[in-house]
Amino acid sequence: MTLSELDQRIVMELQSGLPLVSRPFEALARRLGITEEEFLARVHAIQQAGIMRRIGAALRHHRVGFTANAMIVWQIPEEKIVEVGEQMSQLPEVTHCYQRVSLPQWPYNFYTMVHGHSREECRRIAEQLAQMAGVNDYRLLYSVAELKKSSMKYFMD
Amino acid sequence: MQLDHLDRRLLNLVQSDFPICPQPYQVLAEQLGITEQEVLQRLERLMQQDVIRRLGGVFDSRKLGYKGTLCAVKVPQDRIDEVAAVINSYLGITHNYLRDHEYNMWFTILAQSPAKVEQILKEIKEKTGIEDIINLPSQRFFKVLVNFDVRDED
Repeated sequence: MTLSELDQRIVMELQSGLPLVSRPFEALARRLGITEEEFLARVHAIQQAGIMRRIGAALRHHRVGFTANAMIVWQIPEEKIVEVGEQMSQLPEVTHCYQRVSLPQWPYNFYTMVHGHSREECRRIAEQLAQMAGVNDYRLLYSVAELKKSSMKYFMD
Repeated sequence: MQLDHLDRRLLNLVQSDFPICPQPYQVLAEQLGITEQEVLQRLERLMQQDVIRRLGGVFDSRKLGYKGTLCAVKVPQDRIDEVAAVINSYLGITHNYLRDHEYNMWFTILAQSPAKVEQILKEIKEKTGIEDIINLPSQRFFKVLVNFDVRDED
């Protein structure tokens, strides 16, 4: 599915946030000069195409008790990556899971982000993952400070 | 942060099951057994308290034609604010964290092509004078989930 100009404008409206009024989609549709019905039909189409995952709230996770996060970086043999990735993704504590290129000065090729209520909890999750995957080459990089966290503004960069 | 039981149920609902229909807040209200007005008031407060950072569309950046990468740079302690200001000035750089490693500043870039990513990195190097930036584009994606189970503490 390629996005029409109208679809792109709908994406831009949805990413800037939903108004807190009784009929939020009607309010956004009005800005684009279309009806609420047309707007909702395009939103459903954009979601069905997998372009939009959902409409939802992004939380400041440290404000709801998840005060520790660690990026766990792993060295995993290429032939094991798919299996390990599928296993590790199952854990609810793992919020992000990616294979990335490795470099001579940075040999890690696999990444899991875990969120916990403490560093100790993050460390236990890492041990659990290591045992699950049978991998021992890893390290935890705890976050010390959040310098920026925003949502992407597509088509505006 | 004081969140009552209804706040927590509301937060769990709006993270993943936001209804896409003419009156979504009314639908949430019915699920929670409160009025639409109360849902709107609670959401407004949760946004003011910065518990909710944003309520809106969550998109698959790859399907919108964007490429994502993770980068890291070694920044001397006394230059952290200054270098972060340069890095954070880019719209496509959405996350930037200090981490406990020699490579201490970790940021993500979303851009419409690898060439744009390279351009941003080149500019950062020029503006900061720091040459050693590692660029770790993703090769395979397994999971991204950003829902947090906001359980009652008791």
